[in-house]
Amino acid sequence: MTAVRRVLGALVAPLVAVVAAMAITSIVIMASGSSPGDFWEVILEPPADRTMVNIVNQTSMIFLSALAAAIGFRMNLFNIGVEGQYQVASYAAAVTVGAAFVPGLLNVVLGLVVAMVAGAAWAGIAGLLKVTRGVSEVISTIMLNAIAVTLVGYLLNTYGIRAGNSLRTTEIPESSQLAGFTPFLDRDGSIWTLSILAVVAGIGFSFLLNRTSFGFDLRATGASETAAVASGVKVNRMVIISMMMSGAIAGLIWMPAFFGAAHTYGSTFQFQLGFTGIAVALLGRNRPLGIVFGALLFAFLNEQSNRLTLLTDISQNVVQITQGVIVLAVVVAYEVVRRRQQAAEQNAVKRQLDAAKPSDDKAVTA
Amino acid sequence: MSTLTATPAPPTSQRAGQNYWMWLLVGLGVLVAVSAVRVITGAHEIDTPGSLRAALIATCPILMAALGGLWSERAGVVNIGLEGQMILGTWGAAYFTYYYGPWVGILGAALLGAIGGALHALATVTFGVDHIVSGVAINIIGLGASKFLAEAYFANLQGGGVRQLTGLDSPPSVTIPGLSDGAVALADQRWFVISDVASVVAAFTTRVNLMTVLCFALVGVSAYVLWKTSFGLRLRSCGENPQAAESLGVNVLLYKWVAVTTSGAMAGIGGGFLALVASSGFVTGQTNGRGYIGLAAMIFGNWRPSGILTGSLMFGYTDSLRLRSTGAIHALLLLVAIGLIAFAVWKLVKTRQTVQAIVFAVAGGLFLLWFLATDAVPREFAGMTPYLATLLVLAFASQRLRMPKADGQVYRKGSAG
Repeated sequence: MTAVRRVLGALVAPLVAVVAAMAITSIVIMASGSSPGDFWEVILEPPADRTMVNIVNQTSMIFLSALAAAIGFRMNLFNIGVEGQYQVASYAAAVTVGAAFVPGLLNVVLGLVVAMVAGAAWAGIAGLLKVTRGVSEVISTIMLNAIAVTLVGYLLNTYGIRAGNSLRTTEIPESSQLAGFTPFLDRDGSIWTLSILAVVAGIGFSFLLNRTSFGFDLRATGASETAAVASGVKVNRMVIISMMMSGAIAGLIWMPAFFGAAHTYGSTFQFQLGFTGIAVALLGRNRPLGIVFGALLFAFLNEQSNRLTLLTDISQNVVQITQGVIVLAVVVAYEVVRRRQQAAEQNAVKRQLDAAKPSDDKAVTA
Repeated sequence: MSTLTATPAPPTSQRAGQNYWMWLLVGLGVLVAVSAVRVITGAHEIDTPGSLRAALIATCPILMAALGGLWSERAGVVNIGLEGQMILGTWGAAYFTYYYGPWVGILGAALLGAIGGALHALATVTFGVDHIVSGVAINIIGLGASKFLAEAYFANLQGGGVRQLTGLDSPPSVTIPGLSDGAVALADQRWFVISDVASVVAAFTTRVNLMTVLCFALVGVSAYVLWKTSFGLRLRSCGENPQAAESLGVNVLLYKWVAVTTSGAMAGIGGGFLALVASSGFVTGQTNGRGYIGLAAMIFGNWRPSGILTGSLMFGYTDSLRLRSTGAIHALLLLVAIGLIAFAVWKLVKTRQTVQAIVFAVAGGLFLLWFLATDAVPREFAGMTPYLATLLVLAFASQRLRMPKADGQVYRKGSAG
């Protein structure tokens, strides 16, 4: 009975959120004097081959980003700094791989390791500040985001190579480029090889959280820090490790695009993935399966909306409103469902207690 | 009605007097140090009237965001949606100024910001969603909405485009005749200390936009309302101990709603300032993280009006440095070095914290070395200062910071029982 309720509750919330977001988006479009019908027609049209490839690629990167945020969220650590971590990591990896210290595929591995280490180190600063000085990770990661942007901008300005109007790092050697797999025609583009990182990281995340004692400690700390301390969990150590793990995964976010298409850190770098990831992690309740759907939804909206400008008079930015409203609505819906479940459970307990002890005046009245 | 009416016990007058003299002394010390650095390095640009005016203009948006943060967090709601509310404000200012002139434009900025604030209040206060989560969502919505609205409403206007609306009227500027000319002339003499004071006077009397005056006035008004009225006391009690407040008859949820909506309005005005005064029109993404700097300034300022004023001025000054020569930024290294060493001495003499004193002295020495070893500092480093300063303050002075006790906690009506 309660299990069924729980599953229903978990599904009701996202559905309500999506419906609410659809309604609000329609109202916004109507208010601006355009037709919501046009909008949904374009968005809900079956994606073209080319769009489908892009959706898969974007989903993999958004998934990684959301996973990075989710590790922290699972133990109540708000790592808002995914954005900065993947910028620093991507730049570090681009420089290392571009220098081609080792040949071919070894270079790819080196690049991934550097990205993870750089991301972990950048996130580790926030973890260290939290455990040693009690600085809230929310504030420190926001600050570190801004510092990361400036720092990378400075390094690019100082050491970058001029290409047209913009600066970039050295292009990586051809032997380290990973073209990927072409499901349709060549002109429709390819699914990047390193999109597989999302699958690997997702499985690793599930295993770590659900099958290891570390994962148990992590979830326990998130559920109740005092209880975790009482059962011997070293919370400070957990904070640093999970913050660094979060940063390490954040480091991987842009790697599929880097090795698959960009080949250099410059004007083609895709910003904002870190913030999208936070939103998707919230949407998917920090569970890998939920995040897959969330990432797919966001990538779908992003890619499908590209054609809005061409086919309608509606700005494609409207999907950002849709996405924001989905996130807000879904957390509100989860909270409402949680409160109702809590009230229902309390009532059930009360009924059982009343039934068990009909004569006792001091029965629990909560 | 048994509501809170007493004002909080003021610190003993002797203590307050001591503090007053100490701060006056510190201020004087800073003035002398700045002046000395200016004369030694010859980088007069660090405090010419022009530089200080630019700093003042850069300060206002940060100040308003910080003030917004103050309103919200004093009532116990963390508002990291300030950035989104500010962005909404830039659009509101542009739209209403285009049709009704700059004064209505300011109201429009406040209105749009308040809508963002109300959304945050709905999620956090009414539905009890985590404050950070809601703030993140509002930043996404704010950015998307401003881009969408700009494309929908500005594309066909004169001076407009899908991403901008230029040629907006600014609120009028005023110059105080006589005082301004005299101060500028005196500042040009480049005398020790005297010219520095004259520069400050000149910056506050020459072509000061009335919106700048409004921003500073709002700080005073907010400080008065929050600390000197029973409304303010009740509002702050919601941030300190909502259970106690509710048990005394305060409508906690209502106060939180008012505070968070006001917070959004303040941030919105900050955004409006960016569109109307700081630049010549609206551009999407104009805020460029200033909402976050405002948040930093508020923490830096220890959740107090005087503190956020200091923090915002400092961050505004460093923000405006991006327009100055790299030589001026270089000269400031010496100032930072002097400041750190002075602080180390103070630590050693006053509090006898030898370890911390040594840390600060070493840091000061490193800055001195940096100053002596180089000729210029990359511009980017000036932009990093607010964030770095906040991190350092949090790391080294977090014991001295005190945020509202129930800040960031979700409160449910009736949990006082």
